[in-house]
Amino acid sequence: MMAEKKPFFREVVAKITGSGLPIEPSQSQDQGTVAGQAGLFDRLRQGLVRTHDSLVGRIDQLMRGKKQIDASLLEELEEILISADLGVKVTTEITRTLEERLDRNQLSDGEALRMTLKEELIKRLTMVAAPLDITRAKPFVIMVIGVNGVGKTTTIGKLASKFTGQGKKVLLAAGDTFRAAAAEQLAIWGERAGAELIRHQDGADPSAVVFDGCRAALARGADILLVDTAGRLHTKTNLMEELKKICRVMGKEIPGAPHEILLVLDAATGQNAISQTKLFKEATQVSGIVLTKLDGTAKGGIVVAVGSEFHLPVRFIGVGEGVDDLRVFDPTEFVAAIF
Amino acid sequence: MFESLSDKLDLVFKKLRGQGVMTEANVGDALHEVRLVLLEADVNFRVVKDFVERVRVRAIGSQVLQSLTPGQQVIKIVHEELVSIMGGGEDNGLDLAAKPPVAIMLVGLQGAGKTTTCGKLAKYLKGQRRRPLLVPADVYRPAAIEQLMILGRQLSLEVFDAKGEREPVAICRAAMKYAELSGFDTAILDTAGRLQIDDVLMDELVRIRDVVKPREILLVADAMTGQEAVNVASGFDERLAITGVVLTKLDGDAKGGAALSIRAVTGKPVKFVGLGEKLDALEVFHADRLVSRILGMGDVLTLIEKAQSTFDAGEAARLQEKLKKNQFDLEDFRNQLQQLKKLGSMSSIMGMIPGMGKALKQLQGAEPSEKDLQRIEAIIGSMTRAERADHTIINGSRRLRIAKGSGTTVQEINLLLKRFSEAQKLMKQLQKLGPKGLMKGLGGMGKGLLPF
Repeated sequence: MMAEKKPFFREVVAKITGSGLPIEPSQSQDQGTVAGQAGLFDRLRQGLVRTHDSLVGRIDQLMRGKKQIDASLLEELEEILISADLGVKVTTEITRTLEERLDRNQLSDGEALRMTLKEELIKRLTMVAAPLDITRAKPFVIMVIGVNGVGKTTTIGKLASKFTGQGKKVLLAAGDTFRAAAAEQLAIWGERAGAELIRHQDGADPSAVVFDGCRAALARGADILLVDTAGRLHTKTNLMEELKKICRVMGKEIPGAPHEILLVLDAATGQNAISQTKLFKEATQVSGIVLTKLDGTAKGGIVVAVGSEFHLPVRFIGVGEGVDDLRVFDPTEFVAAIF
Repeated sequence: MFESLSDKLDLVFKKLRGQGVMTEANVGDALHEVRLVLLEADVNFRVVKDFVERVRVRAIGSQVLQSLTPGQQVIKIVHEELVSIMGGGEDNGLDLAAKPPVAIMLVGLQGAGKTTTCGKLAKYLKGQRRRPLLVPADVYRPAAIEQLMILGRQLSLEVFDAKGEREPVAICRAAMKYAELSGFDTAILDTAGRLQIDDVLMDELVRIRDVVKPREILLVADAMTGQEAVNVASGFDERLAITGVVLTKLDGDAKGGAALSIRAVTGKPVKFVGLGEKLDALEVFHADRLVSRILGMGDVLTLIEKAQSTFDAGEAARLQEKLKKNQFDLEDFRNQLQQLKKLGSMSSIMGMIPGMGKALKQLQGAEPSEKDLQRIEAIIGSMTRAERADHTIINGSRRLRIAKGSGTTVQEINLLLKRFSEAQKLMKQLQKLGPKGLMKGLGGMGKGLLPF
């Protein structure tokens, strides 16, 4: 298979050129968005290299030459964790655990502290890890929501090609009728993935689009219906009401729908992600998180905070702009890439 | 979500009230709170550290002013220092003084809001009597060019037609030439979103810059960005030497601490803020307002501006006339309620008024809730036009009908009518007293004005 050969080829190129992000010229010409495609682990590691630098690097720096762990060291550790976007609450929890162990003399040196920290992070992420089961229903309806510009449409595009690749019949509903050219963007992704698109004209009622989408999914015997929604700030009450209405319409047409509501979060987002998750969860039955744009220097530390605070599983992570750059989230791998 | 800084500091200083001078000891706790508030607002930790040090130096030993409590004193210092970091008072306008066509380049991460900002900026410049040309240089994201085309159509502005050209540098070069020949004085370049560590794409930006020689290179940054903001900003600044920042999506509840980090690290000013999805939701940046927002303090200026843009000026004048003649009726009252609703939820309005957050907590439900307002609207909605114009005609049987129609009780209607006539009486008195009396009356009035 091509897909198996590519990562190897890329790694060789990367090694020869010594560059971190190899770009294949022939590919980037016709499909500008298809970027390099290293192995998942490398990719993730590349993306998290800065997280690695800033988190572990600084922790190591902090520990170096210090045999004794004291209060001021813990306070600095606290600051480091906060600055990795882990959130104040999670940070306090983690430092408290560390303090307790310190009191019981279970932490002798920096290495022990580091191990404990790693354990704590894995624990929090494992608690919320769960893969998405799309065979529960047919058609399985997935609604994708989030604030503006986090990558909802791109995530849908990637999901669509992932599912069509598995031999599923996928239908897309262009529920973003607000932003200029959002439906066109989805149409292009649909074409790439080989998925049909249900759309209305701009400015139409998204619930009407979703209604048609549900009807078409039933009539055409689709396995999966992916519903795009317009980006909305979680503080806009009327737009959150609109989301509720879309859910109601779906539930009426297809019992149990939407089966999955994915909240898309940008890895670069800071503490506001907590507020986002909270309000989106109040409005709809959010059942999973997609963390996008992890290919940058963004830390994605917020996922630890959001996951453990709201008990939401992280379903997928986006590690690039290419069609295949959406991966199933694996907490152990994620933390391994950090450490 | 979080308690405001002033609440927290009030708590810290409760036990210290009455001390004349701030000492190292009593400032320490306060600064810890300041630090947490800033970190929670996504201000970069290094920036926070430096900042807290500066405040410490200024606060220790400073005399507590008689009019202020120590907590307020610290807030005052924090506020002043933050505003000075944000470059308060300096001119944040666009520098477009060059031989036309002048190029403005928008750069940033994916999804920061570049294309939308392009449209907003074009509208803003159009309002300034300039003639902007929109240039789509995002050839990567699907339908990005279509998006800009649609925005151009909405604004009736021309979007440069790249005619199938897929190379951003070539598009920009051709666009500048076209702008010069066709008499456009400004060209707004919408570049593709990219990561600051992506060397290939960053090189592309450098090449575009060298070709078009833009007067302004604006970094479009999401207000919700976390600690990452510093890396992004310094990454773009090092390669391109940006001239300013546009902070987008500030209409949510993000504190926008990222702006503070960017400013502190790059020294580049925030020039505009994006406050909504509509094309006119772009405003010139005000440092003090952002600082108030970060500190969780009220923002009266925003409220006033919001009110001004929501309330119809003609309607307001008509209302004033009616008030003068003492013809303010239930219909007007309902109109006012509806306009109030347009401003946002009751709690968000209250949140913008300094001190109101705390007062709200103490009142706990004494304020008219959204539900109460809805009931009042329903009651008025169930009245006939004649009843609204003159509420004195509403007798027992009319009350019964209104109660049935609005799904409320006669008691509620009685209460509303009683309060309304009281308010009317009060207004009458105020009219007699004239403008001076109006001020005096307002002071003691408190709850009486609105009939609920």
